[in-house]
Amino acid sequence: MDLTTNYMGLKLNSPLVPSASPLTRDVAEIKRAEDAGASAVVLPSVFEEQLRLESAELDIALEQGAESFAEATSYFPSVGEFRLGPEDYLDHIQKAKAAVGIPVIASLNGTSVGGWTDYARQIEAAGADGLELNIYYIPTDPELTSPQVEQTYLDILKAVKGTVKIPVAVKLSPFFSSLANMARRLDAAGADALVLFNRFYQPDIDLDNLEVEHSILLSTPQARRLPLRWIAILHGRIQASLAATSGIHTAADALKVIMAGADVAMLCSVLLRKGVAQIAVIEREMRRWLEEHEYDSLEQARGSLSQKSVANPAAFERAQYMRVLSTYELA
Amino acid sequence: MKSFQTLDGNEAVAYVAYRCNEVMGIYPITPSSNMGEWCDQWSSEGVKNLWGTVPHVIEMQSEGGAAGTVHGALQTGALTCTFTASQGLLLKIPNMFKIAGELTPTVFHISARALATHALSIFGDHSDVMSARTTGFAMLSSASVQEAHDFALIAHAATLEARLPFLHFFDGFRTSHEVQRIEMLGEDQMRAMMRDDLVIAHRQRALSPDRPKLRGTAQNPDVFFQAREAANPFYDACPGVVQKAMDQFAEITGRRYNLFDYVGAPDAERVIVLMGSGGETAHETVEHLVAAGEKVGVLKVRLYRPLAVQAFVEALPASVRRIAVLDRTKESGSAGEPLYLDVVAALNEALANEWGPLTSMPRVLAGRYGLSSKEFTPGMVKGVLDNLAADRPKNHFTIGITDDVSHSSLDYDPAFSTEADKVVRCMFYGLGADGTVGANKNSIKIIGEETDNYAQGYFVYDSKKSGSMTISHLRFGPQPIRSTYLVSRAQFVACHQPVFLERYNVVQNLVDGGTFLLNSPHGPAEIWGTLPRPIQEALATKKARLFVIDATSVARDTGMGARINTIMQTCFFALAGVLPRDEAIEQIKKSIKKTYGRKGDEIVRKNIEAVEQTLANLHEVPVPAAADSTLELLPPMSTDAPEYVQRVLGPILGGTGDALPVSCFEPDGTFPTATARYEKRNLALDIPVWDEVTCIQCAKCVAICPHATIRMKVFEESCLAGAPATFKTANARNPDWKGLKFSLQVAAEDCTGCALCVDVCPAKNKSEARLKAINMAPQAPLREQERENWDFFLGLPEMDRRKVKVTQLRQQQVMQPLFEFSGACAGCGETPYVKMLSQLFGDRAIIANATGCSSIYGGNLPTTPYCQTAQGLGPSWSNSLFEDNAEFGLGFRVSLDKQNELAREFVQQLGGQIGDDLVTGLLTADQTNESGIHEQRERVARLKEKLTGVDVPNARMLLSLADSLVRKSVWILGGDGWAYDIGYGGLDHVLASGRNVNVLVMDTEVYSNTGGQMSKATPRGAVAKFAAGGKQAGKKDLGLIAMSYGTIYVASVAMGARDEQTLKAFVEAESYDGPSLIIAYAHCIAHGINMVAGARQQKAAVDSGQWLLYRFDPRRKDRGENPLQLDSGAAKNRVQDFLLSENRFKMLAKARPEQARALFETAQQDATSRWQLYSYMAARKLNGASEAVVGKSE
Repeated sequence: MDLTTNYMGLKLNSPLVPSASPLTRDVAEIKRAEDAGASAVVLPSVFEEQLRLESAELDIALEQGAESFAEATSYFPSVGEFRLGPEDYLDHIQKAKAAVGIPVIASLNGTSVGGWTDYARQIEAAGADGLELNIYYIPTDPELTSPQVEQTYLDILKAVKGTVKIPVAVKLSPFFSSLANMARRLDAAGADALVLFNRFYQPDIDLDNLEVEHSILLSTPQARRLPLRWIAILHGRIQASLAATSGIHTAADALKVIMAGADVAMLCSVLLRKGVAQIAVIEREMRRWLEEHEYDSLEQARGSLSQKSVANPAAFERAQYMRVLSTYELA
Repeated sequence: MKSFQTLDGNEAVAYVAYRCNEVMGIYPITPSSNMGEWCDQWSSEGVKNLWGTVPHVIEMQSEGGAAGTVHGALQTGALTCTFTASQGLLLKIPNMFKIAGELTPTVFHISARALATHALSIFGDHSDVMSARTTGFAMLSSASVQEAHDFALIAHAATLEARLPFLHFFDGFRTSHEVQRIEMLGEDQMRAMMRDDLVIAHRQRALSPDRPKLRGTAQNPDVFFQAREAANPFYDACPGVVQKAMDQFAEITGRRYNLFDYVGAPDAERVIVLMGSGGETAHETVEHLVAAGEKVGVLKVRLYRPLAVQAFVEALPASVRRIAVLDRTKESGSAGEPLYLDVVAALNEALANEWGPLTSMPRVLAGRYGLSSKEFTPGMVKGVLDNLAADRPKNHFTIGITDDVSHSSLDYDPAFSTEADKVVRCMFYGLGADGTVGANKNSIKIIGEETDNYAQGYFVYDSKKSGSMTISHLRFGPQPIRSTYLVSRAQFVACHQPVFLERYNVVQNLVDGGTFLLNSPHGPAEIWGTLPRPIQEALATKKARLFVIDATSVARDTGMGARINTIMQTCFFALAGVLPRDEAIEQIKKSIKKTYGRKGDEIVRKNIEAVEQTLANLHEVPVPAAADSTLELLPPMSTDAPEYVQRVLGPILGGTGDALPVSCFEPDGTFPTATARYEKRNLALDIPVWDEVTCIQCAKCVAICPHATIRMKVFEESCLAGAPATFKTANARNPDWKGLKFSLQVAAEDCTGCALCVDVCPAKNKSEARLKAINMAPQAPLREQERENWDFFLGLPEMDRRKVKVTQLRQQQVMQPLFEFSGACAGCGETPYVKMLSQLFGDRAIIANATGCSSIYGGNLPTTPYCQTAQGLGPSWSNSLFEDNAEFGLGFRVSLDKQNELAREFVQQLGGQIGDDLVTGLLTADQTNESGIHEQRERVARLKEKLTGVDVPNARMLLSLADSLVRKSVWILGGDGWAYDIGYGGLDHVLASGRNVNVLVMDTEVYSNTGGQMSKATPRGAVAKFAAGGKQAGKKDLGLIAMSYGTIYVASVAMGARDEQTLKAFVEAESYDGPSLIIAYAHCIAHGINMVAGARQQKAAVDSGQWLLYRFDPRRKDRGENPLQLDSGAAKNRVQDFLLSENRFKMLAKARPEQARALFETAQQDATSRWQLYSYMAARKLNGASEAVVGKSE
């Protein structure tokens, strides 16, 4: 069964791609993922803000108490250059590239326009095959308008596209007033792929300590519904590739998002729970299903249930949502 | 081509020493530490010496150890040197006799420092090197940074040829820390001075099994004497060798030196003879006076040992009639200080031998100057020369002080100045934390290296570690600068912190027409009105130019936080005119990139942004013709202070201690306690404010407060009569205190604002969770109100100690701390332990304190944090040395035990007069708890009453010993540098003695006081000085070693992790009638952490298994129980997570990730296996008895 797919201009052997997660922080884990059949990997994001903070914090910590007291004009020796930029991340790209044959896609979260482009350039130079822009951004300022937020996304994308030659994906949040329009504008601005959707850390409250806590919440299969709908809507309407991420845990999940129109199905929570070997299980079951149902290739199924290919396009629209809600039995 | 660099004396010396040697054995001691640190840094960077190899630097456990290693390295042929000062040099003396006795070439570079006598002093004089003058070392003295650089090479070259070891010394701080532009020696110049044939000869004399021989024999009366005399020819030849090296040096570099250098009139009649940096000031003054026609001169002694008598007299002008020999040391009881005696003997001998130009004996006078870096100014030089001209000159005089006891001091004119107008002089008042000194060092570098000017910088620091003031003294000009004294007439003065204006007249040294730059939140329109009258008056009278900038806002807006350094530096260059503005700004930016580049682009970007924002915010303010302010300067000290405190300690605090006469001081170095409370430093911008509704009265904030500025009291409601309106109370929640009132009060004017209290507070406001039961709020609006509340609080009665459950923190913290408001860092991790000790046992404690942070915040003048109860009881404290503290404390115990024994004997003897009941009571008292001690105190009071006036033998003796019948608590305090390294041998012996002493080791895992050098307590992977690549070895397990005796109470505690475990350990340790050792984890600024999170970091260390909590109580064995109780459970987190939360480890991960990874993995293994060992030990059953409880002891 031919599972090949084209994602952001990269020819992949299958649609199964481990997404940015702690798993891909480890080169050995990336190698195991390749062995299990991953067709590409997305590395965890490098966060410009974190690097800036780290650099400021180190400066304060090492200068603390210096030149204040005659016996101790400093408290630390000089240990040479600090690696306070993305050096470790670039090393990681290089090591991952050296260890595996599949494409390695880097992921970047910047804070300044200069930061996005500088880091993107360095990531490209380190050998990444593609770059995912993780525009981690919660607009909380009541003065900030939706068009301003949207323009920020477009500006970042354009700046990065103007800087690097490797394909660039944009990982989106679902919180746009007009997601379809946003997708089209990103497409027009040169996005090679859209990744739907970014799952932000959601805060919770710790009752014992009366504190807000941030813990990673792994996805459930229900989470898959949201990207599925939007991929189905966008498929065929934009040039950029589409990646589904969130809630893809089984071969059935993967098949569904591909039928909705995804070029790749990104895996994360399932691999964190079951290990990267699960990629092989999902792939095997996908093959079995496609064979059992006498598909020629995965390509044949792609977009087969997208909005423009289904009998009832309205099934992906709002009315349908209302019906589901109204038939839900309240406990 | 000439190459100039701007650096301090220590670096200038280390630069040469590193290149001329293969091995350096060292140990940190102020002010020499930096020399070893530079060498270690270069070694870790792979810098090569003159022979193309990277020298080895080894840090030892003490200077004694370093000397032994140096001796061994020399005996086996390596080119070896060392660096030290003061007590460190004393510890090296035994080896120095050996090294000299064996004619071994080496150089010991000494930044000369005072020896501890009536007090310790870190500052410069020659009392250390003079104590080493009998060792047989040649002694070469340099007087400036350039000379220190040059003489380092001359000493290394000469020692190889002379075969005598050299002690090359220069003045501590004045030369070691003074920054000067100097001409650097090139490698080829150094290479030309260092002869390979002599290096080879040194190696061939070395011990080797290939050429077997023996040294270090024991000799007997028959031959020792002759063998000792056999070395004489080497001493005879040495001055010639040194002069030859100086001549060769002059040929190579153009800088000429002689064994003795004379400066002054060829027909001088009055001449000063001296050594060291004072020679520069004398040189400057003499040139000034000669130009004015005076017949005076100065002879600078370069080679002091071996003293070349003939060369000395030949260097004097034939016309000399009177000589003043100035010694920067004191040799009590001698006929005169050493240089004086040498000069007298030399002149006498020279005349007898008809050497030199003199035909008759000049009048020779002795004088002392400059002890402990006391200023030595042109006015003083002139005072000495004037004394020489007097009809009846004073002999054995002092200069620079007012001696109203022995009347030794000379008068002088402090206003006499020799400073040339071409020299630009600047003063900068800064706060330690604001980066002022760093910025000034940077400015001097720019001026010294980017312009043709010579530049000098000298920095005066505070005696406190928190909120400390720094004063930078900068000079620059077209000629080399010889002014080795502070700036007294400045053309430019900058005050970087407006708060200084409240107490200090910072413009008093400004010259007429000078420029005053002030950082202030007040704009140009309102600034004048905010200035105190004396400052306005000075500015108006001097017709000064006033400039103001709100640097704090600029710093905040550009992300610089509290660091206003770059901004103020930019203002300085803009106003000082040493460089065109644009060029100056370019240079600042260039230097920012150089200085901060290694810390990443972000830091560079922020600093450059700050520079760019500066000039638009700098405003000139017109100075009115007269003052109009009614604001006066605040007194340096609270006016409530006792007379002595105001008269003596006040001026020290106010910066005018130099003017205090000798009579102000006890001749034996004794000072009163309980004086820190009068400082009222008002350091904190924000202070904690108690929310009595939210508070659960857990007392954690009180316990953790490093400066004892948060207190709690529990009292009857009736005590609240007359309470100020804003005084807060709550009903006491503790069941034992039902019906009583509880109050928690902050000493707003003593608080440092560290916020540790807020961080540890576990209670949260139910309506607004960001608030706790204690919250930070701006101090200024609360100051007056809280001063009144604090005074009222202090007047409330203390809880009866007999009623306090001392192992419950929420009760115990009501006890009065007898250690308060120390000069420790804001957020210090050590002082909460000292405070807890003082609460529990302070009223009967005697403390021996090892030198280090705890002796500085405990005993550095002007004020004393140890204090007293209302009854006048409190800790008595002393610091002997760094290395002997355990032994010193043991001495207390032995002495107290003996006096107790003697008192008991007298009580029995005098039973008839005392009465049987009282005798029995006194001799059989149970003093194991507060009630027992209280009763014994009452018995002793009755005893004293009975004995007063009794005229029988030994009654007066018993009266003098009566207090020893009350149990005393002996505490031995120090840091890990003392306990793990330099004092370890003594500590081990004292612990093994079985005597009842309590040792508290405050383990910061690094030498904190001297600036972060590695100790054996430093954990694996931590970056410290001498462990720039992360410490390779694991931390020594001091507790395990102590437990191996089986008879020592041992506890490992971390107050931030479990405060009640700490409390229990203190109570148990003190109650154990034998030696006790408490190893207390103390967070520290040397950990590279945010100090507000200190307690959290302690907890993180425990939760990761990096630090274990346990108590080993030998008494448990008697009950059939395992003596070891583990108080912390198995690790909850990975060690690496803890390590990466502290920059002492993280910086390794950021600089050398591969090394970090390997070391951090091993650190995890260390923690895991240590936990396994301890849990195995704690779980062992003793003789079938009960199993130890692991991790559940509370």
